Amino acid sequence: MKIKILGSGCKKCVALADNAKAAAQTAGIDFEIEKVTDIVTIAGYGIMSTPGLVLNEKVASAGRVLSVPEIAQLLAQAHPSES
Amino acid sequence: MRDVFVWLNDQLLRMQWLSDLVTWILADGLGLDMTSRIAGSVHFFIYDVIKIFILLSVLIFSISYVQSYFPPERTRRILGQRQGLGANTMAALLGTLTPFCSCSSIPLFIGFTSAGLPLAVTFSFLISSPLVDLASVILLASIFNWTIALSYVAVGLVLAVLGGTLIGYLKLESQVEAFVFQSPVSDHDNDGQISRRERLIYARDQVLDIVHRVWLYVLIGVGIGAAIHNWIPESFIAATLGQDRWWSVFVATLAGIPMYADIFGTLPIAEALVLKGVGIGTALAFMMSVTALSLPSMIMLKRVVKLPLLVIFVGIVTVGIIVIGYLFNSASHLLI
Repeated sequence: MKIKILGSGCKKCVALADNAKAAAQTAGIDFEIEKVTDIVTIAGYGIMSTPGLVLNEKVASAGRVLSVPEIAQLLAQAHPSES
Repeated sequence: MRDVFVWLNDQLLRMQWLSDLVTWILADGLGLDMTSRIAGSVHFFIYDVIKIFILLSVLIFSISYVQSYFPPERTRRILGQRQGLGANTMAALLGTLTPFCSCSSIPLFIGFTSAGLPLAVTFSFLISSPLVDLASVILLASIFNWTIALSYVAVGLVLAVLGGTLIGYLKLESQVEAFVFQSPVSDHDNDGQISRRERLIYARDQVLDIVHRVWLYVLIGVGIGAAIHNWIPESFIAATLGQDRWWSVFVATLAGIPMYADIFGTLPIAEALVLKGVGIGTALAFMMSVTALSLPSMIMLKRVVKLPLLVIFVGIVTVGIIVIGYLFNSASHLLI
């Protein structure tokens, strides 16, 4: 699974990245995580508030630091076979 | 009743108690001569820094709480339901509720435009957003008075509505980079899921975030203000930016365009200029051009719009600010 964190390097983006990593590890999903910091690329995903979470090139959330359980749920929806 | 209001205004907004306290510490505690220039500068600096940080924190906390009800996705939906001048006015009003960072202007621009909002509405929002916000209104009332604060909001909103409308009238859609229109529209609206606790946490985080971002500008701004206040001769300021110099508003506006600071850093400079006899219109024009236009935000905008549209945008806003400056100067006897 490809996980992308959209955000220009603020504290919230780091928090979201940490939570996403924890959630994916707990779920035992094979993943790679990438941080997208270029503001035009971020806006190219159609979101207007950061941090954003992108799972397999689909925007899963924007503007909030999701908790680990919240991300786990999104991961399960995005990737049912591996959860 | 009127006395109560005046007292509340003086103590809570102007923080007369703080000014008195700083005077007391400097004069009685440290034995400084309060009529000396150094003591005057130190007083200006300490009093203004503390006052601005107190007001800043309280205001940003309250505004962020309100703002958590208006995420950009919701703003976009509200604006999409309106047309014509109504949409422009709404955009200008909602622009006053946004956070104060020009870094959010690019995602908003792309998000609004790709969703089909007209350029007129998007630009009304983009002009009003850095220029007018509730925090700056209260700060203006604290440093100057309510008449000036409310007039500032009024002309700021008018500038946003007219500027956006004019850009819409010029039909400049071809001057927007093509990829903007092709960007996907995602509608992740968190409004419904956010609890009150989360809103309070969000408001607290905004305060920390903004204070962290602007504290240096505030210190620099107050420092410059304190220097103007006590060290630059009044005759020099009167000769360059004085009310009777017809070019004063021009100079103040053009000098402010490339500068990047927010309204909290610019206010103490405007305050010191006015105390030195600079026209209120000249000071406000300087403040508006520093906040509404800056080199960093132009460089960012250049990535999504072509040069002619950028030049037209900067041109309209500049002319608007100059007109406002002259208006305020000629009406200053009504304001102070």
